[in-house]
Amino acid sequence: MPPESPPVATPAPDASAPSPPHQPGLFELFLAFAKMSLAGFGGVLVWARRSIVEQHHWMTPEEFNETFALCHFLPGPNIVNLSVVFGARFRGVAGGLAAFAGLVGPPMVIATVLAALYARYGDIDILRRTLAGVACAAVGLLFAVVLKMMMPLLKRRDVTGLVILSAVFVAIGLIRWPLQIVLLVAIPLSIATTVLARRMVKA
Amino acid sequence: MSSESNPIAALVWTFGLMSLFAVGGANSAIPEMHRAAVDVHHWLTDKQFADVFAISQLSPGPNVLIVTLIGYSVAGVAGALAATVAMCGPTALLAYYVSRFLDRSREARWPAIIQAALVPLSIGLMAASGLIVAQTSDQSWIAVLITIAAAALAFATRINPLWMLLAGGLLGFAGVV
Repeated sequence: MPPESPPVATPAPDASAPSPPHQPGLFELFLAFAKMSLAGFGGVLVWARRSIVEQHHWMTPEEFNETFALCHFLPGPNIVNLSVVFGARFRGVAGGLAAFAGLVGPPMVIATVLAALYARYGDIDILRRTLAGVACAAVGLLFAVVLKMMMPLLKRRDVTGLVILSAVFVAIGLIRWPLQIVLLVAIPLSIATTVLARRMVKA
Repeated sequence: MSSESNPIAALVWTFGLMSLFAVGGANSAIPEMHRAAVDVHHWLTDKQFADVFAISQLSPGPNVLIVTLIGYSVAGVAGALAATVAMCGPTALLAYYVSRFLDRSREARWPAIIQAALVPLSIGLMAASGLIVAQTSDQSWIAVLITIAAAALAFATRINPLWMLLAGGLLGFAGVV
């Protein structure tokens, strides 16, 4: 088990709250994404937010929300998209590749080794039992991230945003309506209310 | 090895195409992967697929690594590599160009509005998938308690969440969950 991982680069000690973001280098990007990926049992989002927002202060909570939301609604694996978009924002194509390689490379090796072990031994009942326990904790971590991502909305008292958030949660999580239909209604609605809200602020 | 003449090409084609339609992340593509790997190509049996899914959840890293394992069982290391790159490459490229476009037009009104409007939807979806996963993983009171405890600790303290995963794993190993 890896020990409590220290941050790669501690934020500058003199940095006051809204400090200009430190620009990560290529190797730093690779390392940061490799670390969050290797810690990411049952999902990397938990670790991505922890590393990018809380440890390295590379993004504010709002910036992270907006970048993740974009990657969430593009096709393909969210976190893979996030790694490329994030790396490219700081270091161009090479940055995107470095973050992507860090995210996918090391765990790919581990998964392949596990697959080889499985092919040889096949019986993974103990693993599965252990996994059931890990899964319970992992879903708790996911809920914690959801709460943290809600904080910027709560601080802004963004009532319409919170109503839309809850409506999507109820429609998908509780009623189990199909995703496409919910999004078909929710996306235009959310865009419309955002436009209205910005107009009211300006007026 | 599968009966197909070129399993690598079949892997690249299958997952490359799938990645462009996998809206909502790798986990929402699981049913489609099952259809392709078990029903269409007969790369895996039903039980093998369930086991591969379990391994992919158990190993660290993005959940998309299930395609690595499918690729590995089809064509060894080359298959693992081909499947992974096919599944991640096209959408990563798309994400790169979209974000570059948005960055360049950051001052423009509409991209900023659309991005801001997607935030509550994204968080609502995450909460919903948390609930759906919890309904399958939390089959006992102890399991629910572990979930609540992990959520509370991760939200309110700065304890490294790895400890919570470790504790959950140990309790599962001991057969408590």
